[in-house]
Amino acid sequence: MPPLPPLPSIGQLVFAGIALFTCASALGVVLARNLFHGALALVATLFGVAALYVMLEAEFLAVSQVLVYVGAIATLITFAIMLTRSMMYGKTSPLNRQWGKTGLFAVMIFLALYGFVGSIPWADSAAPVIADESMIARLGEQFVTNYVIAFEVLGLLLLVALVGAVMLARDND
Amino acid sequence: MVPLTGYLLVGAFLFSAGLYGALARRNAIAILMSIELMLNAANINLVAFWRYGEAAQTDLTGQVFAVMIIALAAAEAAVGLALIISVYRERKTVNVDELDLLVG
Repeated sequence: MPPLPPLPSIGQLVFAGIALFTCASALGVVLARNLFHGALALVATLFGVAALYVMLEAEFLAVSQVLVYVGAIATLITFAIMLTRSMMYGKTSPLNRQWGKTGLFAVMIFLALYGFVGSIPWADSAAPVIADESMIARLGEQFVTNYVIAFEVLGLLLLVALVGAVMLARDND
Repeated sequence: MVPLTGYLLVGAFLFSAGLYGALARRNAIAILMSIELMLNAANINLVAFWRYGEAAQTDLTGQVFAVMIIALAAAEAAVGLALIISVYRERKTVNVDELDLLVG
């Protein structure tokens, strides 16, 4: 009698649940006919990704994800949906003419990535890390030492983008 | 512990779903949401490779770049939505296949 495969651990079960939740709500984002339902599914997906960060022991990133994505970007998207609601809303197809070909293409891309990921013997487990405050302190240190130029350019880009957004969106008449 | 393959497959799935949404939806806001999905897929991969790398305790490059992508996504969403609102004011539509001003 062949030996049974080992039972999944609690961590693996939790990961499977989070992964299923994230993938299902990602499908909801792109398949929802109602745009507002899509935005709500996007919020669910972003929370799922934050949970994945927690499982990867990147707590700082999980908090940033919830603050920036759910707090700012999802709110911004909801505002834009409210502001651009037109009379034809929900009466025409949400998809363009090439959706069939595109769907086939996306499925093929996923299968290619699946085959590629499956063909390489990745690490089954990682060395344990101590993800405490000192790691977040080191992360901040990296930003002002090794990656200071990228950090400053990013700050400049954020400033220019936000000034540009205000210029684009204001009513000039 | 969950093998790295699990995280990579979730990332691949999010990327493919976002790709489909960005290419097949008509509404510009839906396209923007799909692009956010693809950025998140890249971020999952960055953080997963950081965690399963050789020196996860000392080398934080993966997390640094994930933070940068989050900031970039915020800038991209702000500019994109401002453009969409500006276009809506001019043309009263946000369906990208009706925006054919440059079609000869």
